[in-house]
Amino acid sequence: MRSALRIGGFLLFAAVVLVLPSRVSDFRAQELALVGIYFIAILGLNVLTGYTGVISLGHGAFMAVGAYTTAILVADHGVKDLYTIPIAGLVAFAAGFAFGIPALRLSGPYLALATFGIAVSTPIVIKKFDNLTGGTGGINLFESPDLTGAFFGVHVLGRTLTFNDWIYYLSWTIALALLVVAWAISVSPFGRALRAVRDNEIAATASGIWSASHKTFAFAVSAFYAGIAGSLLAIHANSVSPGGFQFDLSIKLLVGLAIGGLGALVPLAAGAAFLVYLPNWAQDLSKAPGVPGVIYGAVLIVLMLVIPGGVGGLLRRIASPLTTRLYARS
Amino acid sequence: MADLLQQVVSGTATGGVYALLALALVLIYRSTGVVNFAQGEMAMFSTFVCWELLDRGVPYWGAFFLTLLISFAGGVAIERLVVRPVERAMALTVVTVTIGLLILLNGAAAWIWKGEQRTLENPFTNRTFDVGGVVIAAQDLGIIAVSLAIVLALWAFFQRTTLGLALRASAVNPDSSRLHGVRVSWMLALGWGLAALLGAVAGVLVAPTQGSFDQNLMLPILIYAFAAAVLGGLDSPVGAVVGGVVLGIALNLIGAYIDFLADLRLPSALFLILVVLLARPQGLFGREAVRRV
Repeated sequence: MRSALRIGGFLLFAAVVLVLPSRVSDFRAQELALVGIYFIAILGLNVLTGYTGVISLGHGAFMAVGAYTTAILVADHGVKDLYTIPIAGLVAFAAGFAFGIPALRLSGPYLALATFGIAVSTPIVIKKFDNLTGGTGGINLFESPDLTGAFFGVHVLGRTLTFNDWIYYLSWTIALALLVVAWAISVSPFGRALRAVRDNEIAATASGIWSASHKTFAFAVSAFYAGIAGSLLAIHANSVSPGGFQFDLSIKLLVGLAIGGLGALVPLAAGAAFLVYLPNWAQDLSKAPGVPGVIYGAVLIVLMLVIPGGVGGLLRRIASPLTTRLYARS
Repeated sequence: MADLLQQVVSGTATGGVYALLALALVLIYRSTGVVNFAQGEMAMFSTFVCWELLDRGVPYWGAFFLTLLISFAGGVAIERLVVRPVERAMALTVVTVTIGLLILLNGAAAWIWKGEQRTLENPFTNRTFDVGGVVIAAQDLGIIAVSLAIVLALWAFFQRTTLGLALRASAVNPDSSRLHGVRVSWMLALGWGLAALLGAVAGVLVAPTQGSFDQNLMLPILIYAFAAAVLGGLDSPVGAVVGGVVLGIALNLIGAYIDFLADLRLPSALFLILVVLLARPQGLFGREAVRRV
């Protein structure tokens, strides 16, 4: 019964995602695409933080890896943007793996600093190696109109989509697929091992789980998600620059995860929506210097005080008596 | 040689400021197990409070100590209002609250003080001393002296007073302390107050060295303080101070002597810390956690 509820929820979510663009303006579709992109990154962070209990303050760095992979392949090597997405994911996966091997020997806050270190260093390193990355100005994809859909729209299945609708469907199709993957990980033996490591690392090790290798792999998988999200972000913005990958991006992902609910799946989309819409909404209320920040910070604090488990935790609390009842009857 | 010493002296002064903020992070981490991301912004806010007091004609040291008092009260108030309700929640929730505080305080300072550049009075003379070719600024000496005085005062408080003992006890074993009549919850608030006070000292000392400052004064310094605290061991006050000074000197030396790394000072310092941590995962002075399963 509980799995039926879960599948029903997923199908409803997928249906909403499918019809939404026809109900809203082109500009809104572009904003919603951004929600989908953050959703992907937060899903990945959840594999690490939610399942494995490792807090990363550096996933913005892996988004940068994905974004620059796409930008360099499109601008310098003439690869079509769509094909760069999986490559970006794999490059980020490799980067995550390489970083994870030493770093995941550290625990808790020490690991958090290591990840924070890469987040802080990312824009500095990008600026330093400017012959590859274009330095402060970044890389534009405008010069390759044949390789992206930004100017002429995109023809898919006999229909022509505007760029905004295209990036919307692209992001959300990938997001839904990766949502299913994240779910599959959570119910697999691998996911169970991750949870064992999270709940008690020493006991898990005693039971034969090699925690360092599991954590490293989880880190790489979540970096893969971040890389895909970064690649889509580059296509979405049609450019990349170091300014878009300051360390606050990593912090934002963590905030999105906390709002969405640690360990949740579909509710994480609420966290992604929070990241996109709350700053805009705060800007609309007042443009006086500092006031949007005050509103954003205050809303974030109040939300955490009211729903410490995020939207996912709230839904679980609302649904649990109902599901238990249904479960007991069947 | 004189050049090397020069770099070490000025590195020690900046390191002293990192040490104060790192010590503030350690104080909160030891008692609550959470890294306070708002620590830098709390210090920045205190710096603005000091600027406001001076602007209204309060003499320097009066404003200084009044700022410390206000900061202490502010730290206690923050703990009571927003941290205490999530005391028992997941670490991620508490961390997110401190991130919310960071954004809120940054916005509030920009709102109240119009986001303009301000200059804070330098309490020390602008004189410099020449000691065997090494030029030492009175300001650097002043920063080192004040940092040292604060650290010693704090050490005396923790080691020589009953209240300090109660604070340490509630960090080590809250349940047992409660049974001995320590009001653990208020001890946490006191910890936040002291952390805010340390931050205030750091902010007031560092602002004049930057020429002018705005609401983004402390963001980069928080990164260094975080690194310093981790380097020294997050549960070790001595480690925080040593970590801060070592980091200050290391950053100066990297910047001065390795040309290729001059722009990459921060990443290379963080990389070095990572290497240190791989050898000593609990930081230089931290204790290894031993747990029962």
